[in-house]
Amino acid sequence: MADSTATLGPGRAGEAQAVRFYDSGEHHPENGTLLGFWIYLMSDSLVFASLFAVYGVLGRNYATGPSGAEIFQLPLVAVNTSLLLLSSITYGFAVIAMARKRVGGTLAWLAVTGLLGIGFVGIELHEFANLIREGNGPQRSAFLSSFFTLVGTHGLHVSFGIVWLVTLMWQVAGRGLIAANRRRLMCLSMFWHFLDVIWIGVFTFVYLMGTLP
Amino acid sequence: MSALDVNPAGHHGDEEELDHDTLHITVGGYVTGFVLSVVLTAIPFWLVMGKVFASSTVTTFVILGFAIAQIYVHMVFFLHMTSKAEGGWTWMSLIFTIVLVVIALSGSLWVMYHLKTNMTLPSPEEMRNMP
Repeated sequence: MADSTATLGPGRAGEAQAVRFYDSGEHHPENGTLLGFWIYLMSDSLVFASLFAVYGVLGRNYATGPSGAEIFQLPLVAVNTSLLLLSSITYGFAVIAMARKRVGGTLAWLAVTGLLGIGFVGIELHEFANLIREGNGPQRSAFLSSFFTLVGTHGLHVSFGIVWLVTLMWQVAGRGLIAANRRRLMCLSMFWHFLDVIWIGVFTFVYLMGTLP
Repeated sequence: MSALDVNPAGHHGDEEELDHDTLHITVGGYVTGFVLSVVLTAIPFWLVMGKVFASSTVTTFVILGFAIAQIYVHMVFFLHMTSKAEGGWTWMSLIFTIVLVVIALSGSLWVMYHLKTNMTLPSPEEMRNMP
């Protein structure tokens, strides 16, 4: 991209005016990493689409076990949803602090986001533990198998997001908001908001629709 | 944030690239998205927990509508999707993914619903009284 014009040789300087090659540099996406990460997220949403399809097919096969209406605690799900939604906006504030080149602000908002994420995973594990203790584990019925697989996969994604977030906080604290760290923060931003989008599907399709008679 | 002024020719160095991406991110955008999301989350929870509609089918379609609206809000205000980002490639891959997701979901539900209604074995009682 440094030299965008080329001539055909020193001996033909007169013709060189006519023969010019321009490289405007527009062939490449401006930021390959973010595009690549986006494509990963798209393939990840295909994983979730198959799990949603499995739940859609098996979600009403109770095998004389409990139905969704009997075991889902919607107030707890509402708390969980608000935690994840709040963590989305706090991550947004971290990105804004990053754009303003404030290391302290970025770290503080990342910490808040991480705590909200830990709260989310904690409540979900509490719900899973209650279900398993009452004998309603994944082996109970097709409904519960698909429920644990779908919601568990989402919870696993959030858990790994928290690990990534802590790693990034450590890197930002050590090296500041260098270009590489800002790129990583933007990737995690997409990942975190993407998980919130998946959760919209989970609370609507699994919890709310599962509670309906 | 002055990356665009520094590089009129559009030659982005490593430092400027991300500034370009974060230029359109504002506090107002996140707050708008958050408020819309809270409203679009609270209404479906209220519809189900308050048993507002007598029919489950009506409730199902209404809350699915709210879910789609909220996914759109998240895409615009949190993920900053536009048809121009990354030269249109994120947009293309998103459209492609939506097509695949719709085929996978509606296809599975459709086929498996008919499989179940047409192939479920009759109960012993029905078997005994077969013509």
